[in-house]
Amino acid sequence: MDQASPFVSTPRRDIQAGLRDIAPVAVAALPIGLLFGAIAAAKGMSPLEVTLMSALVFAGGAQFAAIETWISPAPILTLAFATLLINARHVLMGASLTPKVRMSRVQTVLAYFFLTDEAWALSERRALERPVTGAYWFAMAVVLWANWTLSSTIGAILGSFLGDPERIGADFAFTALFIGLVAGFGKSRVTLVTVAVSAGVAALVHYFIGAPWHVASGALAGIAAAYLAAPEEARS
Amino acid sequence: MNLDMTTLVAILAMAVVTYLTRIAGLFVADRLVLTGRAKAAFDAIPPAVLVAVIAPTALTTGWAEAIAAAITAMVAFRLPLLGTVAVGVVAVVVLRNVI
Repeated sequence: MDQASPFVSTPRRDIQAGLRDIAPVAVAALPIGLLFGAIAAAKGMSPLEVTLMSALVFAGGAQFAAIETWISPAPILTLAFATLLINARHVLMGASLTPKVRMSRVQTVLAYFFLTDEAWALSERRALERPVTGAYWFAMAVVLWANWTLSSTIGAILGSFLGDPERIGADFAFTALFIGLVAGFGKSRVTLVTVAVSAGVAALVHYFIGAPWHVASGALAGIAAAYLAAPEEARS
Repeated sequence: MNLDMTTLVAILAMAVVTYLTRIAGLFVADRLVLTGRAKAAFDAIPPAVLVAVIAPTALTTGWAEAIAAAITAMVAFRLPLLGTVAVGVVAVVVLRNVI
């Protein structure tokens, strides 16, 4: 509408910023969606079921965990509980992000359907400089949601035609993406301690006890480590 | 295009549980006013959770993944996100063929 200065936030600018920030994430998530669809199809899910799961659940970690243990008929309570464990982190993410989001309560309730690790991490990074608007959030969210739903559906249809995902390293894209996102939080002493403790505990719990317990235990250990590593009067 | 009834119920259960975790934070945020160590712990949530999700793949899958993760972490501070992902994926493919 007007020739706004770079410091003024307009919906158009925020949409552009959202698309720019989510683009590399969407590209990285593409092979993961294809991989999910292909694995789900191999486990006996139909493409329609894969589409519904990706569109309605829209949580990669929980979906992979569900597919890993998929049997027919589906064990509803077991799946719901594993989903709760893996996605419990959303509660902390939503609590952390909410004061930084510039949306009404109703908008936020709708917006948080699209809450993902990636959208949240990018929003937290953006919140260091400016509030997260609805335009920014929904631009990111809709791209990531459509990307995930479409790629997993295509993966389910193509199924075995994709070949071995490990051969092209597609299975590692998720890991590399998360490492990149973690690096965005800097390398202060507290952050490094957090990362080391969380990684160590999660790896040990996964090795000796198994998924999905490593997510909650690793995260809680890392958070406790940050509490202990921070000075009493921490600035941030 | 078949849709199994039990599968549909399982998907809906997962979807409802997931959505509840997504909006729950909205209702506890009002009561969270944090300072000092509590704030440091709260600020540590993002890296702690992200690292916990990938730690098994990065650390205990094999040498190729562990070394690739280390290389990825080193370039992550210098490259944009997509470059970081590219380096990680190339590194793991090369290492899996070498090791």
